[in-house]
Amino acid sequence: MNYSGLKIFWEGLTGNKGWNKVWKEPTPKKEYDIIIIGGGGHGLSTAYYLSNKFNVNNVAVLEKGWLGSGNIGRNTTIIRSNYLLPENQPFYEFSLKLWENLENDTNYNSMVSQRGVLNLFHSDGQRDAFVRRGNSMILSGADANLLNDVELKELCPYLDFENARFPIKGALLQKRGGTVRHDAVAWGYARGADAKGVDIIQNCEVDGFIIKNGKCIGVETNKGVIKAKKIASCVAGSSGKLMSKAGIRLPIESHVLQAFVSEGLKPILDNVITFGAGHFYVSQSDKGGLVFGGDIDGYNSYAQRGNLPVVEDVCEGGMAIMPMIGRARLLRMWGGIMDMSMDGSPFIDKTHIKGLYFNGGWCYGGFKATPASGYCYAHLLAKDEPHPVAEDYKLDRFLKGKIIDEKGQGAQPNLH
Amino acid sequence: MYRIKSGGLINRNKELNFSFNGKNFVGYEGDTLSSALLGNGIHLVGRSFKYHRPRGIFSSGSEEPSALVQLEEKNFTEPNIRATTVKLYDGLVSNSQNHVGSLSWDFMRINDYLSTFLSAGFYYKTFMWPKAFWEKVYEPIIRNAAGLGKLSKESDPSKYDKGYLHCDLLVIGAGPAGLYSALIAARTGAKIIVVDEDFILGGSFNGENININDNICSDWVKSILSELNSLKNVRLMSSTTLYGSFDHGIYGALEVKSYNSKNTITKPRHILWKIYSKFSVLCTGALERSILFENNDLPGIMLSKSVRHYCNRWGVIPGNNISIYTNNDDGWETAKDLKKAGCNVVCIIDQRSNIKPPIENIDHILGRNIVKAKGNLRISSIKLDNGRIINTDCLAVSGGYNPNLHLTCHQRGKPKWNEVNHCFVPHNPPKTMEVIGAANGLFNHEEMFNDSKIKLTKILRNLGFRKIAVEKVNISKKVYQISPFPKKIPEGKIWVDLQNDVTVKDIKLAVHEGFHSVELLKRYTTLGMATDQGKNSNVLGLSVLSLIKNKTMHEVGTTIFRPPFTPVPIGAFAGRSRGKHFKPFRLTPSHNWAKSNNAVFVEAGNWLRAQWYPIKGEKTWRESVDREVIQTRNNVGICDVTTLGKIDIKGKDSGAFLNFVYANNFGKLPVGKVRYGLMLRDDGIAFDDGTTARFSENHFVMTTTTANAVTVFRHLEFCKQCLKPDWDVHLISTTDHWAQFAIAGPKSRKLLQEICDPKIDISNDKFPFMACAKITVLEGIPARLFRISFSGELAYEIAVPRRYADFFVKKISEIGKKYSLVPYGTEALGVMRIEKGHAAGNELNGQTTAHNLGLGKMVSKLNDCVGNTMSERDELNKDDALKLVGFIPTNKKQQLVAGSHFIEKGQIANLENDQGWMSSVAFSPMLNHSIGLGYIKRGNQRYGEKVNAVNPLKNEITEVEIHSPHFYDPEGELLRG
Ligand SMILES: Cc1cc2nc3c(=O)[nH]c(=O)nc-3n(C[C@H](O)[C@H](O)[C@H](O)COP(=O)(O)OP(=O)(O)OC[C@H]3O[C@@H](n4cnc5c(N)ncnc54)[C@H](O)[C@@H]3O)c2cc1C
Repeated sequence: MNYSGLKIFWEGLTGNKGWNKVWKEPTPKKEYDIIIIGGGGHGLSTAYYLSNKFNVNNVAVLEKGWLGSGNIGRNTTIIRSNYLLPENQPFYEFSLKLWENLENDTNYNSMVSQRGVLNLFHSDGQRDAFVRRGNSMILSGADANLLNDVELKELCPYLDFENARFPIKGALLQKRGGTVRHDAVAWGYARGADAKGVDIIQNCEVDGFIIKNGKCIGVETNKGVIKAKKIASCVAGSSGKLMSKAGIRLPIESHVLQAFVSEGLKPILDNVITFGAGHFYVSQSDKGGLVFGGDIDGYNSYAQRGNLPVVEDVCEGGMAIMPMIGRARLLRMWGGIMDMSMDGSPFIDKTHIKGLYFNGGWCYGGFKATPASGYCYAHLLAKDEPHPVAEDYKLDRFLKGKIIDEKGQGAQPNLH
Repeated sequence: MYRIKSGGLINRNKELNFSFNGKNFVGYEGDTLSSALLGNGIHLVGRSFKYHRPRGIFSSGSEEPSALVQLEEKNFTEPNIRATTVKLYDGLVSNSQNHVGSLSWDFMRINDYLSTFLSAGFYYKTFMWPKAFWEKVYEPIIRNAAGLGKLSKESDPSKYDKGYLHCDLLVIGAGPAGLYSALIAARTGAKIIVVDEDFILGGSFNGENININDNICSDWVKSILSELNSLKNVRLMSSTTLYGSFDHGIYGALEVKSYNSKNTITKPRHILWKIYSKFSVLCTGALERSILFENNDLPGIMLSKSVRHYCNRWGVIPGNNISIYTNNDDGWETAKDLKKAGCNVVCIIDQRSNIKPPIENIDHILGRNIVKAKGNLRISSIKLDNGRIINTDCLAVSGGYNPNLHLTCHQRGKPKWNEVNHCFVPHNPPKTMEVIGAANGLFNHEEMFNDSKIKLTKILRNLGFRKIAVEKVNISKKVYQISPFPKKIPEGKIWVDLQNDVTVKDIKLAVHEGFHSVELLKRYTTLGMATDQGKNSNVLGLSVLSLIKNKTMHEVGTTIFRPPFTPVPIGAFAGRSRGKHFKPFRLTPSHNWAKSNNAVFVEAGNWLRAQWYPIKGEKTWRESVDREVIQTRNNVGICDVTTLGKIDIKGKDSGAFLNFVYANNFGKLPVGKVRYGLMLRDDGIAFDDGTTARFSENHFVMTTTTANAVTVFRHLEFCKQCLKPDWDVHLISTTDHWAQFAIAGPKSRKLLQEICDPKIDISNDKFPFMACAKITVLEGIPARLFRISFSGELAYEIAVPRRYADFFVKKISEIGKKYSLVPYGTEALGVMRIEKGHAAGNELNGQTTAHNLGLGKMVSKLNDCVGNTMSERDELNKDDALKLVGFIPTNKKQQLVAGSHFIEKGQIANLENDQGWMSSVAFSPMLNHSIGLGYIKRGNQRYGEKVNAVNPLKNEITEVEIHSPHFYDPEGELLRG
């Protein structure tokens, strides 16, 4: 079924009776070519690109809860490709290009809104680092602008230029960055994959792998054993838990990240803004809520909830740069489990067990990667070769020293 | 009739003036904004989110979904304030929100008439063509239509504060269950805190007309409060919302200090409390729910208990002809009280047919449903399922009670469905929380008091309080009997979520399209995402879902309730940490002296450091900086370097410890000597650099960079405590205890000789480069002297205890006059270090190795030190690795730009050809042109080669020559002189 304004009009006139299920709810088959574990953004986009770009349709996505119950439905929806390192920048730029065409590809309006992402800087050293980064971005084909304080003030007059503890001296702007309606991304990909014959199976938790002679040939689930030629793990924050069932210990720790939304407000904030001297980033959703977040809680956890010190830290950061939000009220806070890797960068790779593939380590920044992650994972699964923009996301990179450490924090996951 | 002559908890002698939409009204002390509006006959107060349907006052509590107003004006204005929670004050200004045109004629109401095209999730299916229109056309329209109230766009003028409280027992909710529990606990001597969001304590008993111990219940409240007030172990907190329950028995509470925020420029408006409690009892009562029928969202349709409370507590009768619609006994209580207050009760319609009317003398219709309400901006009539039409201007609806259990869910408790009272009841609350009374699904007072008695006894015993005396209460037994949800899904435009405009139709469509898990339903339709977080809509929506799916309510389950219980201002979470107080300032010991020398300061982490010291006639910062550099290099300069991290290291194994944490060898450092040290991270990347001096066999003093002072100390503690726990090493951070100054320049020795104890020989022979000593200066001030140089000059660093710093720096600058001593700031410091090719933060950015820095040889292959094994990994030791070198522009007039990338001449500027980047630049006054440091592939083998430094951000290309990083005195003769 094609979605369009006309279709809405017609359905409106005829009582909205003709809409189809956005995805079917099949019972799992005994065997597939590929099983994707995890019905989050990355799992669903992998299924979408497998079936829509690589012609692999005998695929199942197994999701332990409801579709999008993980981080895809919990994040602060920021997309950007303002990365510094050559191993990352082309990948995220590829992702941004896929975002830009997402609605056309999927015929689902996930509201990709290129409202611009501003990273504020507060010192000369920070500016220098942003110049380096902005230039990296342009050199690899992305867009970047460096704004001085005057230009920034014109764009965001409400920032605290007079009284800030750390003076706001300018910003790195990526105009093509922005936000996307996160749930719709999952739904759109699910719908697109479903239309090509992918089985999307909810409430199906994988709790074991069937490994014979060093080869993974299936999974054990609460709906029974399901076999496949290839098994693709794509469970973000649950990566450590799941892969341990195949005896694999990952260079990943699990941490909580919280996010917050305010009550609905009339438009006040056009861009995405990131504070450079504290932990705070914010945008305003199309519904009017300020969607914001900050640092991870810092301790290892699988509980999808956080605690007050970070809530306060984040709000302090917000008040520090835009004291107009003091009278906006925080409506809801929640947490998601981040798959924090040792260098802050992800993995899209085969494992040492034949037939078992791994995608994870996205830290708090995997939403923007959703299209490219799915595309590159699909590429790897379909061709058994890494996609060129993701070829450095290997599990053995630590062995070789090919670390991809954007922030220069070292092998301490909670610092990335 | 709106306000009755007597009764209730308002003071009719104290009139308060307020305005709504520009019109002036009068209310009374004790009113809320909503009771005052109703008291003036005002029902219509707002518009709904999507369809802009008229909205009235629906409830009397914090769950209010509809009566959201814009409070106050200008920078005090505050959006989305629930009129039901504002204590009325004189001069209050309020306005309705979310309409185009007037409140009674809202142009956006057009959405309501187009609603068939705006069904659940319609926006996911359209606005995709043409592509460019989303950001330019569709989205701006949607954004403007969305949102409710407005922010002022100005800085929040109010003050906020925070505090911590500790107790044995936290009582959440001061209704009958809470007060009774509090009393039992208080009498044992336990330390208790009672919080309630209302501005008077007593909960539902302030609005009920029932007798307890033969007196009206509000009197019982008074007597208990007076006893609690007299006890020292009790803290009663009204206007305090417990907004969240967190790990480890920590609770978040928000106290409203002043409802009138115009008074809060100097005194706090809110206090954000963190309460640490050994145990808590949740006594938050229950919230009434509505019933589904067509147009059940019209103003004038209110919750039945609220209507009763408006009548009993505020003396307000919200209509002239009130009808009641109920499916349980509680609706009848409302009828009784209204009648008693002299109000015209048209009739009560009870869905149940097989009951004996609990109250006599009231017109009643049993076994009937309302199918539709009519009215424009307010309800005017209702239609029953037998076709009968009843005229009414206010309908009190009682669809049963939902325990107010949200706080039991903040740590993932999952409520379960109770088939008797037809409501979700708490299940798996946090381990240190017990739920009592209506919050636990007990809607009968007698049972509630018993529940409290039994649970409190147990809780208090477990807390170690054994003397428990229970207060007797006599209360008539009130039955609560309710009919289950109807078995048929009602037809028509029926509201489930009043604020977000989610209707029964939307739920049907969403389920039809596959969004039938509760959480998906919520996200697809926005059911329960309004500011009441589903307090009014959740269970109603689930009842529809359970009918469509033919599942029990328990199978359907609820969505997860998240903190905060009610919305909390972001300003309150930030408290005092805003503006200049966002982070504390760290001031250097010479701060005042620098200030008196006209210094311009710069933030360096939390420090404020002197950046340069302009003197008369200097127009640009460059003039000042150039002068400071030249004068230091020609004569002598002084710079406060206290901000460098300083760590005292003592113990028998200190030498071995330093060998372990530094990449280069320290064990053999002679006493009285300083050595430059490079520290690696455990992944082999360069971490920090600095110097360490050895004052005695077992005493070292380490310095770190300013930026890494904390991280290095933390790292050392980790190494000591976790990696080498058996070693005799003791660490203490002395960054703030020693004031340290760099004294640099050809005349530095002469100057120092004047202040040093004359017995100490600091001649080049006796105190050569890299020497250190404990000395005294200025007649007995203890000091540590190091002959080290960051500037490349003959230079020293001298440290004195911080308390002498001001005296010291004043004295030395006085004595220094004859040597033309100049104070220099961080900018000149930076210029001189770039002239000398020293790496700093821009180079040591956590991504570079010792090899990159040109310090590869320092890494001891023999030592087992942190990071050396990992630093040997192949990818970190490639032949074409980046090397730190210097750069000069071919055209000496050009300025270099830090952050430029290097591209070989003739090649296209793209990622593939990217050879490295410029990390730091400065104008060298000694060389009279711009110089830079940067990383470029094989840089150390390419001196003299020309490459392009490109800065595509500004479309600039500068030809540069690769140069040794040592621009000034490359042989280092000066610093040894
Ligand atoms: C608060 C927060 C804010 C964030 N903000 C941003 C942002 O602004 N920008 C950005 O780019 N990124 C952001 N992120 C990160 C981003 O959301 C994640 O990196 C990304 O969503 C992870 O990939 P995913 O969508 O596949 O994960 P998920 O949606 O978590 O998918 C994993 C799925 O696997 C399922 N699963 C787990 N175990 C099993 C099993 N055994 N069997 C079957 N299924 C299983 C889970 O139920 C889940 O649905 C944020 C994350 C959070 C939590």
